[in-house]
Amino acid sequence: MSKKQLISRMLQIVVVLIGISFLTFLLTYVSPGDPVRHMMTASGTMPTEEAIQEIRQEMGLNDPFFTQYFRWVGNCLHGDFGNSYMLNKPVVTLLAARLWPTLKLTIFSVVLMLIMAVPLGMLSAVYKDSWIDYLVRGITFLGISLPNFWVGLLLMLVFCVKITLFPVISSSGDFRSMVLPSLTLAIAMSSKYTRQVRTAVLEELSSDYVTGALARGVKFWKVLWFNVFPNSLLPLITMLGLSIGSLLGGTSVVEVIFSYPGLGNLAVSAITSCDYYLIQGYVLWIALIYMVINLLVDLSYYFVDPRMRLKG
Amino acid sequence: MMKKENFFLKNKTFTIFGVLAILIILAAIFAPVVSGGVDPTAGDLSQAIEPPGPGHIFGTDKMGRDIYARVIYGARTSLVASFAIVALVFVVGLILGIVAGYFGGIVDIVIMRIADMMIAFPGLVLALAVAGIMGASVRNAVLAIALVTWPKYARLARSLVMKIRHRDYVDAAIVTGSKTFYMLYRYMLPNALPTLVITAATDIGSMMLELAALSFLGFGAVPPSPEWGLMLSEGRAYMQSAPWLMVFPGLAIFVTVVVFNMLGDGLRDILDPKTE
Repeated sequence: MSKKQLISRMLQIVVVLIGISFLTFLLTYVSPGDPVRHMMTASGTMPTEEAIQEIRQEMGLNDPFFTQYFRWVGNCLHGDFGNSYMLNKPVVTLLAARLWPTLKLTIFSVVLMLIMAVPLGMLSAVYKDSWIDYLVRGITFLGISLPNFWVGLLLMLVFCVKITLFPVISSSGDFRSMVLPSLTLAIAMSSKYTRQVRTAVLEELSSDYVTGALARGVKFWKVLWFNVFPNSLLPLITMLGLSIGSLLGGTSVVEVIFSYPGLGNLAVSAITSCDYYLIQGYVLWIALIYMVINLLVDLSYYFVDPRMRLKG
Repeated sequence: MMKKENFFLKNKTFTIFGVLAILIILAAIFAPVVSGGVDPTAGDLSQAIEPPGPGHIFGTDKMGRDIYARVIYGARTSLVASFAIVALVFVVGLILGIVAGYFGGIVDIVIMRIADMMIAFPGLVLALAVAGIMGASVRNAVLAIALVTWPKYARLARSLVMKIRHRDYVDAAIVTGSKTFYMLYRYMLPNALPTLVITAATDIGSMMLELAALSFLGFGAVPPSPEWGLMLSEGRAYMQSAPWLMVFPGLAIFVTVVVFNMLGDGLRDILDPKTE
């Protein structure tokens, strides 16, 4: 990636962030829920109409839309994403505390997924059209149609309720509590990846250099591991980048099921309780992380694929 | 008649899953008949949390409502909402994509930058935020998912239009005085349609999953309406004592999604002989 491309990508990130911030702010502005009312009912008081208006005035919620928006953006640029109404703590602190558990969960489930998908995909490609291939393809097909929250619930039923191997509530965030949530995510993802690995390996297997190597008497397994496998990794990296990005946001369902203390769980409770600053902060952070990861993935091509370096 | 028989025999996947899909749709339409006239929202507390048995083949929930009737009625919500999402993103994406690809310039830039913005963002997060902020309802969940899905269709339609935009026969049609609307309708639309239909058909299943996920989190269907995602979420608390509460709705989602995914794949094989 040239310097010019890199700069334009970074500019693009900024533009998207501005757009996303505007969209989420607009949505919270026009939404029917009133954060002040939520705040009061949450603390157990029955507020009078005057009290509500007074607090709204104090918090600047009665100001015109653009005044509010620019004030918020200005604060964000200074690192102040506001305070959560619900938890009465700075949004940044809350998000930062939840980031690592979710990241941990994401990485662990990607690793688990690769352990399942890579061998299955390769087996399926090597033994194309045999019963192994049909079995793997059948399973992956069913796997794509499985709702991940259902998988999570079933795993929970088996491993937490029937045989009490893991805790039902994973709120501690330690390794034991990560096993089932990441297994759920890994199962949900592995079908897609197994197919991808299969396609990539099949494509490499049919290329001329493989035929050439085999004709020269190189052992098949050697070609498979040292030539075919590394070459079929490339398309996988793009997908991995996208998956990690969307996992950071998409773990919410699984986090809620297992009461895992991650970003998604926090976001869901923020949305339920109309905690606007927290929602806005969350959406912005996820967008930023997602785009930075995608950029890093594109940059990684430079190291993985020598052709990209030559193009320079 | 002979020709039709051959078509169905030749495309076995499509035929089998087409029939299954029609069965599911019929079950949804004639839910009152299929569920034996049981009201899915009427509970009888004296029969709460009954295991599957002769009276209630899928058991009952905490309100004493019949799970079987709820699963059957749930097909209505799930099917109508997913078809609505797909139809919505199909139409919006198709129109915006064709317009962007055909006119180019500033129109293209504005539409595609908005689309890029939506794509450069994990969809479920935005859908969650939108559905949550607008308030929980099936309609809002549909709008939220549609909002994050249309760019995919717009991009696809645009790229298909761009491919033929400057072909000689297109230029010739313009030079000979074809009106703009006629150009869009007769030249651009037919070119983009087949690929988009395939995409839409294969997307129905994943739309169902997303919708169920939103309902599961409490940002879609609201109680007491029978919706599969919502039923799963309600059944969660009774996992230990009444696992049937979450087994049957989940199974319903799974089976329906499998059928529609297979149908989509079958349709793709028919319309697009290039794949496989």
